[in-house]
Amino acid sequence: MDFNDTPEEAEFRAEARAFLAANAEPKEPGKVFPVLYGADDLIDSAKPWQAKKFEAGLAGITVPKEYGGRGGTQMQQVIYSQEEANFLTPRGVYEVGLGMCVPVMLTYGTEEQKQRYVPPALRGEEVWCQLFSEPSAGSDLANLRMRAARDGDDWILNGQKIWTSVAHLADFGVIVTRSDPNVPKHKGLTYFFLDMKSPGIETRRIKQIAGTSNFNEVFFTDVRVPDSQRLGDVGDGWKVAITTLMNERVAVGDRAAPDFDDIFGLARELMLEDGPAVADPMVRDKLADWYIQTQGIRLTRFRTITALSRGERPGPESSINKVVNGTKRQQIAHFALDLMDMAGVVYDEDLMPMKALFQEAVLSSPRDRIAGGTDEILRNIIAERILGLPQDIRVDKDVPFNEVPGGDGGA
Amino acid sequence: MNFDLSDEQRMLRDQARRFLDEKGSVDAARTILEGDAPFDRSLWADMAELGWMATAIPEAYGGAGLSHEELCVIAEQLGLAIAPTPFSSSIYLAAEAILLAGSEEQKQRYLPLLAGGQTIGCVAVAEGVQRPGPADVKVRFEGGVLTGEKLPVADGDVADFAIVLARTGEGARDLSLVLADLDGVERTPVETVDPSRSHARFRFDGAAGALLGVAGDGWAVMERVFDRAAILFAFEQVGGAQACLDMATEYAKSRHAFGRPIGSFQAIKHKLADMYVALELARSNALYGAWALANDAPDLPTAAAAARVAAIQAYALASKENIQTHGGMGYTWEVDAQLYYRRAALLAQSVGGERRWKDKLISRLETRNVA
Ligand SMILES: Cc1cc2nc3c(=O)[nH]c(=O)nc-3n(C[C@H](O)[C@H](O)[C@H](O)COP(=O)(O)OP(=O)(O)OC[C@H]3O[C@@H](n4cnc5c(N)ncnc54)[C@H](O)[C@@H]3O)c2cc1C
Repeated sequence: MDFNDTPEEAEFRAEARAFLAANAEPKEPGKVFPVLYGADDLIDSAKPWQAKKFEAGLAGITVPKEYGGRGGTQMQQVIYSQEEANFLTPRGVYEVGLGMCVPVMLTYGTEEQKQRYVPPALRGEEVWCQLFSEPSAGSDLANLRMRAARDGDDWILNGQKIWTSVAHLADFGVIVTRSDPNVPKHKGLTYFFLDMKSPGIETRRIKQIAGTSNFNEVFFTDVRVPDSQRLGDVGDGWKVAITTLMNERVAVGDRAAPDFDDIFGLARELMLEDGPAVADPMVRDKLADWYIQTQGIRLTRFRTITALSRGERPGPESSINKVVNGTKRQQIAHFALDLMDMAGVVYDEDLMPMKALFQEAVLSSPRDRIAGGTDEILRNIIAERILGLPQDIRVDKDVPFNEVPGGDGGA
Repeated sequence: MNFDLSDEQRMLRDQARRFLDEKGSVDAARTILEGDAPFDRSLWADMAELGWMATAIPEAYGGAGLSHEELCVIAEQLGLAIAPTPFSSSIYLAAEAILLAGSEEQKQRYLPLLAGGQTIGCVAVAEGVQRPGPADVKVRFEGGVLTGEKLPVADGDVADFAIVLARTGEGARDLSLVLADLDGVERTPVETVDPSRSHARFRFDGAAGALLGVAGDGWAVMERVFDRAAILFAFEQVGGAQACLDMATEYAKSRHAFGRPIGSFQAIKHKLADMYVALELARSNALYGAWALANDAPDLPTAAAAARVAAIQAYALASKENIQTHGGMGYTWEVDAQLYYRRAALLAQSVGGERRWKDKLISRLETRNVA
């Protein structure tokens, strides 16, 4: 075993590092990007950053050259992500588009569509969103009701999407709809992309726990989408959606602060009754748990990278990463407040250790356990796909959607 | 980046697995548990023939001269098959201690015999329930002889020699390692939570011994030996946790309740998913330990502590929840779940428990130069 890059990997890593060092600030414990995830002005820093990455050939590393990408390997993508994780960069505007919408476009779009849509997405000129969840369809995505009815060369969409991240900034979106309510729920779905400025779309922002408004409700009233913007066959929307979600599980779950280094740093500085917090056995006990989890995830990622470089299937990382990190981040945040005792409640960058990183995380960490598949759904996936346990009994599986109790809303 | 077993190592793993399976190692563990024999001599002889004890011992001392990565591969399989042999005492502990601290003469004399499996070594540190740490060690080494008691000593009843942590001065840390052949030492078998692995109580009353390493270095050397052994034990624990997860998964697929497989109930599914997550985290931490061990990396003490804590946790979870998944059947003598449950409890305390290693882990992180 070794942790060395091949000469080509080393060369690429050096290139990524040089780019990042010249254009971004290094991350240090307790330091966070100055603009909050989901803040209104995040786009002002995200857009120029994306453009810089594009110029440097580091946006869309695995995207073929003819669509504005680098034509590189998945390994290079992993290396770049590792390196970028050491810097403070704006996150939260382009992840959905680049992580999920572009790959689907590349798989299902026509040549012309790929030429038209992929390069501006990579450059950050056009923002994309993913319109999947609905009031009655989240974990149970296939329960969605957004109706798509055929009308000549067009489809007419009616219904509501919800929790759509960055819809308020988005130029385009991918959407999964119900085109046939007379067949079982997974079979009657069709997938499109659409212009978010289309007549009949109304986007309303939803304020989140942390106070910012990064997700939205999106209402559709007789919205026309040309059939040429269908991705995949009519009735095949589930398959296309699953492709997107697979990409999501790889895309989400990156290291987010606070992590072990942050709480360890805090514990070494903060004083308790008998000295620094880190000397307290109860604190040490928890620190040790978080260390082996953090280190375990980091090392499991190395196993994944190894599998990739050997041309094997990626390891278990993508499924366990999110389950472990979501809970850990929430625990760390709450424990930090506990260490700060009565003052722990103060949420003020100037008054609190590490610019109130932990207070921010108390409020934002619930997201990590819900978005992109809840903890419970991820455990189902591990149990069913990796361990091969039988699926849950599904009372609605083979029943036409419009006969499922509570399922016929869009029909 | 090459952070996984190589093709040759995977081959070794598969061979070892097949061999232990064909030998009926799990049944053998039950036989030892139920009978009077302290370990499976026929299995031990076959393992020697395969050269497993020789794996990481240098060729100059009669070993195979492979790396510790290969030894870790074998350890995982021994854990998966809960092999009832003194392999860990003889190889992870005694051989490592001699390699680390032994004189040339001691290495020449003991290592070839350990490598061939003709001699069994053990390490005697604990003295009953006591304050862990150097201050409470009472066994003395004076005028070339040992006096006092050690309890428990894994494989102490079958070992040909022991490496004994003993007091050689009055300061808290005036401890040394003493290599003692065991003639004239009173050895009584002691029952443990896992009788598939034998343990003894030693009473020294003037038995002769010789220093292993420098006088006064005993505690420090023992800590280093324990670090190395912790990584090898971690692989045994990962193997054991894997076996529990496999057992529980199989049972969850076949056992029905309320008209469906119990594996379709989420309370069971999520339990097994958690076992899987803990196991993979432990496996990754152990692999890093293997790398550190094979390369004598400066990060070895931290890697060892992390590997040990993660492995203890994963095996504890997997062995408990395997029983839970089996319901009443899991609580029987007849079903193998108990064998893994016992072994998990045993290995959790060998070379020191979770509390102590968590404390060590944080201490080491506090002092480590950021790698
Ligand atoms: C910050 C954020 C951003 C998001 N961005 C987007 C986006 O851009 N586009 C988009 O389409 N969606 C987005 N979502 C929605 C997200 O995908 C859903 O919230 C998520 O899938 C859960 O669905 P739900 O909210 O309907 O909860 P529900 O599915 O109603 O779940 C409620 C609870 O029931 C549990 N549950 C449900 N089914 C099961 C089951 N089978 N077994 C066990 N437990 C179960 C869940 O785990 C959860 O605890 C976002 C969500 C958040 C929080």
